[in-house]
Amino acid sequence: MLQYLALSAILFAIGIFGVLTRRNAVGILMSLELMFNAANINLVVFNRFVGPDNLTGQIFALFVVVVAAAEAVVGLAIVLLLYRNWRGIDIDRINIMKW
Amino acid sequence: MLEYAYLIPLYPLLAFVLIIFFTRWKERLSSAIAILLVLLAFVHSVFVLVAMLGRHGAPVELSTPFIDHLIIKLELGMWIDALTAVMLLVVTIVSSCVQIYSLGYMHNDPRWSRYFAYLSLFTFSMLGLVIANNFFMIFIFWELVGLTSYLLIGFWFEKKTASDAGKKAFITTRIGDLGFIVGILILTFYVGTLNYQEIFEKVTSGTLSGGILAAAGIFIFCGAIGKSAQFPLHVWLPDAMEGPTPVSALIHAATMVAAGVYLVARAMTLFAGSATASMVVAVIGLITSFLAASIALTQNDIKRILAYSTVSQLGYMIMALGLYGVDYAHGHHSAGYVAGTFHLMTHAFFKALLFLGAGSVIHAVHTNDINDMGGLSRKMKTTTITFFIASLSIAGIFPLSGFWSKDEIVASTAGHPVFMVVTLLIAFMTAFYMFRLCFLTFTGEPRDKERFEHAHESPKSMTGPLTVLAFLSVFAGWVGLPWLHRGFSSFVYHDQVHHAGPHYILMIISTMVAVSGIGLAYTIYYKKVISADALARRFKVLYKLSFNKWYFDEIYDAIIIRPILGSTRVLWWFDANVVDGLVNLIGWLTVKWADLKMWFDRYIIDGTVNGLGYLCMAGSWMVKFIQSGSVQFYTLVVIGGAIGAVLYRVTEVGFYFYLIGLIIVALLSLLVKMTRPDRVGTEPNIEG
Repeated sequence: MLQYLALSAILFAIGIFGVLTRRNAVGILMSLELMFNAANINLVVFNRFVGPDNLTGQIFALFVVVVAAAEAVVGLAIVLLLYRNWRGIDIDRINIMKW
Repeated sequence: MLEYAYLIPLYPLLAFVLIIFFTRWKERLSSAIAILLVLLAFVHSVFVLVAMLGRHGAPVELSTPFIDHLIIKLELGMWIDALTAVMLLVVTIVSSCVQIYSLGYMHNDPRWSRYFAYLSLFTFSMLGLVIANNFFMIFIFWELVGLTSYLLIGFWFEKKTASDAGKKAFITTRIGDLGFIVGILILTFYVGTLNYQEIFEKVTSGTLSGGILAAAGIFIFCGAIGKSAQFPLHVWLPDAMEGPTPVSALIHAATMVAAGVYLVARAMTLFAGSATASMVVAVIGLITSFLAASIALTQNDIKRILAYSTVSQLGYMIMALGLYGVDYAHGHHSAGYVAGTFHLMTHAFFKALLFLGAGSVIHAVHTNDINDMGGLSRKMKTTTITFFIASLSIAGIFPLSGFWSKDEIVASTAGHPVFMVVTLLIAFMTAFYMFRLCFLTFTGEPRDKERFEHAHESPKSMTGPLTVLAFLSVFAGWVGLPWLHRGFSSFVYHDQVHHAGPHYILMIISTMVAVSGIGLAYTIYYKKVISADALARRFKVLYKLSFNKWYFDEIYDAIIIRPILGSTRVLWWFDANVVDGLVNLIGWLTVKWADLKMWFDRYIIDGTVNGLGYLCMAGSWMVKFIQSGSVQFYTLVVIGGAIGAVLYRVTEVGFYFYLIGLIIVALLSLLVKMTRPDRVGTEPNIEG
């Protein structure tokens, strides 16, 4: 079980690193997908090793996959709009929320 | 009619109100209202007199309480006895004559309506003064006649001398009125009421001490001194001649100046209770009479001669009343009271006539100076005849009214030899100056040809009243003939009837005196046997004294007016420098204090408020940099926070190290950011 959890943790860390450091908005979305999948691995692993009798974890992972797909759609739509408005998707330039 | 006698003063008041408020712009109507209502008052007065004669002078009193306080009872009321009835008649007759006369005299005056309104107001005040039943009311009307006198003296106020004369009259009489009110206050304090009868009862019952009586009497007499122009307050009356002549006739000859005499007669019981007060009255009367007569000898202004004559005659009456008081206080009756009131009545008629005659002359020649007149008898028949009748009357020639009343005055000095001699001397002077005036005005050659050419007899509205008054000047005295046993003396009397009876020797003496006075005037001014200028040079000192009115105006100027002006100048200096200085200092201090407070307000109070604002701004300025706008930074914070939270749960020490590490990293990155130019936003950066 530990190996699985380690994989999940590594995957999550890579995702966080990607989110924090990528300047490309699409890259950030991709890193987010990594974090989702790290969480999915966790769900499946715990379902398998802690309560194998019911399928709650697996079903929850499926939910996450579906929701992540919807989230990707929204995210990509935002990125598309950003590109249209800013002629680029460099996340450092998009600072309209600055004071 | 008697119980409605209080209406008599109200008719002229109605006229005044109507004219002032409604008909001021309709001049003819205004004068018609004034004359009709004063005639109504006259008719009513006649009825009152008849009713009083019917009840043999038994008095009527009607009053209503005005203020009834613990220490003072004031009331509004009327007291009608024989004296009141006679005075009502005299005032209304003279007022009617004067108002009708004014129709001619005031012809084309721009303030016509106002003139008649003032005359009505005066008539109201004078009648109210006569009819009052207490000292409170008489004082009110006393002041009202003073006011109207002021208004009418200064009626032609464009003339500086007229407005000055008005002020002089008002202020001078005010001095006397101060004494009057002090007298009233003494009575208030010691008697507690101002009703005549209640006061007189207290006096006759002897509950008041002699000193109080004397003080009250003398102070009340001060009012009479002012109003009746007695020495030493006589100086205003000659100046009051600046007013229109009919006004002089009505106010300053016949009625208002007689108010002082009326007051003394009315308060006779009070004076009779104190020989001292009565003696003061008599002496003042005598001095006044003598001074005024001596001044009248040399004056050249026709109205001023008559004014001094008025003062002199008023002095006569007051002296007679005073002597009566003295005699009464010593326990025997004399003719003084009847003589004073009788002369008051006859004098009102012939003096009004003299003034109106003088007005007629002035109307014709437009000057007051008798040196510019002469020979007017050829042009003005009625005026000349009536004027001579009045002059004969005042000189005391048988059988004109003045003879009877003057005779009684001379008779009342019996037992006071000094008074008698001076009285006869005054009678001589009176005859002399009156006929000097007559001869210079009406006879001889006209001294100013041009004025003489333009002279003409006055209109009917003026000669009519002259004729009426001339008739009265002849016959009014006959009600007091010494042979009549039920004449004036048994109608108007004080305490008990005193009928003197005829004094043939006195009559002969006074007639001789009068005739010699007239004779002297005749020889000097008609025959010109003796030169008036030579006489003046011969008795230079006396002439100068008389001509300059005994220097009263100059003396008053030196001892009263100048010191007052001087002291006011000192006070002004004090006011301008010390008081104003103090006020300005306080103002300056206030301004400075306000400056201080403003500074405190601006810098301390506002500073605190603004400082708090700046503090907030500065704080928020420092904090705002957290809002970098970078999503990744926010995420980093969230994750960093989450890590911190987990770390805190696991190992607290590790959390602190983590925190310190975070701060170091933050500071380092800040340092890097400040040393490196901001890459973001400096150039378009399109990445795939």
